[in-house]
Amino acid sequence: MTIHWFKYSAPTTFYGLAGKLIPFFAWPAAILFAVGIYIGFFVAPTDAVQSEAYRIIFIHVPISILSMFIYLVMAGYAALGLIFNTRLSSMMATALAPTGAIFTFIALWTGALWGKPMWGAWWVWDARLTSELILLFLYLGFIALQASIDDPRRADRAGALLVIVGSVNVPIIYYSVEWWNTLHQGSTIKFSDTSMHVAMKHAMFTMLVACWLYSIAVTLVRVRSIILERERNTQWVSELDEVREKDEI
Amino acid sequence: MLEISNLACIRGDHQLFSGLSFSLRAGELMQVQGENGSGKTSLLRTLCGFMQPAEGEIRWSGRDVRELDESYLAEMIYLGHLNAIKDELNALENLRISAGLAGYSVDEKEALAALRRMGLSRREHLPVKVLSQGQRRRVALSRLLVGDARLWILDEPLTALDVGAVGLMQELIGEHLSKGGMAIFTTHQPLHVAGVETRLLTLS
Amino acid sequence: MKKLSLLGLLVLVVRRDLLLAMRRRADVLTTLVFFVMVVSLFPLGVGPEPDMLRKMAAGIVWVAALLASMLSLARMFSADYLDGTLEQMLLVPQSLSVLVLGKIFAHWMLSGLPLVLIAPVLGLQFGMSFQSLWVLVVVLLLGTPILSMIGAIGAALTLGLRGGGVLVSLLVLPLCIPVLIFGTGAVEAANTGMTIIPHVALLGAMFLVALVFTPWVTAQALRISME
Repeated sequence: MTIHWFKYSAPTTFYGLAGKLIPFFAWPAAILFAVGIYIGFFVAPTDAVQSEAYRIIFIHVPISILSMFIYLVMAGYAALGLIFNTRLSSMMATALAPTGAIFTFIALWTGALWGKPMWGAWWVWDARLTSELILLFLYLGFIALQASIDDPRRADRAGALLVIVGSVNVPIIYYSVEWWNTLHQGSTIKFSDTSMHVAMKHAMFTMLVACWLYSIAVTLVRVRSIILERERNTQWVSELDEVREKDEI
Repeated sequence: MLEISNLACIRGDHQLFSGLSFSLRAGELMQVQGENGSGKTSLLRTLCGFMQPAEGEIRWSGRDVRELDESYLAEMIYLGHLNAIKDELNALENLRISAGLAGYSVDEKEALAALRRMGLSRREHLPVKVLSQGQRRRVALSRLLVGDARLWILDEPLTALDVGAVGLMQELIGEHLSKGGMAIFTTHQPLHVAGVETRLLTLS
Repeated sequence: MKKLSLLGLLVLVVRRDLLLAMRRRADVLTTLVFFVMVVSLFPLGVGPEPDMLRKMAAGIVWVAALLASMLSLARMFSADYLDGTLEQMLLVPQSLSVLVLGKIFAHWMLSGLPLVLIAPVLGLQFGMSFQSLWVLVVVLLLGTPILSMIGAIGAALTLGLRGGGVLVSLLVLPLCIPVLIFGTGAVEAANTGMTIIPHVALLGAMFLVALVFTPWVTAQALRISME
């Protein structure tokens, strides 16, 4: 069976494909999430130094990794959208942003929750947390920019340019914050031991995959609703079952 | 020569027009007409390169406009709804700067001569903000007199002009066409150039 | 009537913007006044204790410079956008990037350079030593153009949008953080007797990278916004 990839780059066909794919990501995500939480919170042993509070890292670390990964994926789609002028790529970038922002937000909170038992402070200006905060600003800037532009094509392309400029800047920002932190001898959130117990590794990895699958599922849902909104005046949308049911009500 | 083939234009999420093809040769005058919202301004702006067409090609002297870029821009001049003049500067300064932005430097004598032709004598050194709408439009139009752009793209050039100025514009376009230039325009007022048949392009 | 060279275009644009600003002097002065006011607010907020103020001085001046730059960014393109001049600029035959560079340079001369010139006076108010003042001026001289350049991208992306200055700041401030970090880091290094070379070198590198890339990126952003 030959797969005509370019066929799916049209919003019309991708809409259907996305709808079919969602359960294949959503269910495994839910299951892996449950498994990961179980291993992380019940199976993995207590840490010698950080006792029970450390378990929050099973959420914090995967989510922070994903928050940065999503930004890069957004930049990739944005670049595709600008170079090839495909609308779907831009819609994907727009769909990814809220998830990325929420993950960044959760990463900051879980970071704080971890920091509190460790240092007694709700917030420490450590390099990684501070970079996460700046990443949150980058996400919010993107969302705000797209929200302020009425013309969808301009919004797509302006947002794409912003994300690309931002992603080029992210390493610069990260290293300058890192340097700033060492200069001021701030605290660093790190693992106390060099070797991680195998159960911890399993928990971490499971949660990472769970978060990744979740973000794919939720992005597919979001991109479908973006497609509907952008194509609302076309015939194929008015012929969809979901839309016709609503009309009949 | 300007050649348009199979041009389609999308604004927002609506398609304005499609399958548009025509060519414009030296000495020809074309008027784009259509109802409000039919895409007249969008067509002109697409010809300028502000908007990318959804489909189709624009060719200048046989080559695609996107490849040419600089040589195309040097040979065309665009006048839109807005005057593109700065209120704080006087007419002379505005003209010399506009010419500079179009790629050539104009000395004071040439600029003053152009402004005089446009009926702005004794007003060249006043800040443009004290001039009337019609006079400001004349300052904007004086750009057409300096430089050697072959393609004139004019979006409602006669706005705010009085009868005398309309006559002057028609004369200027006539001269331009007889020197081998070409012009494409939209207008809500009648515009006729003596001795030239205006080709009509209707967008629906 | 002769063809205008690239350098001629650059000079034309810079002179034009400076001429326009001279006829509207209020705009330039308000940025400067804002800068001075923000710097003066800090002692009112945190107390006048000399040691603390001296330690915070570089940071305060830099943050104020950032905020003042953000405020003035909207002005870079909006006036030209509103009267149609920007449209004509997109049709410049030689190079839109060079034109944009000219506008950025003029903008810096009007909103960045005044800050650099008045910063020593403010630094003295905070009890900074002469050596740190000198370093502050150098890093501001390197850093404020970078702020104008990065800011130009934000200004170009937000042309004609509601939300104005605040939206531009939201987009641009995160990108300016490295400049802030190394700018203040240099002054601190000078204070503690350490070398400022790495900081100045990094700022210099950022300046060069911005100089090479931002005019072109800003030109693309302008085209996107003017569709």
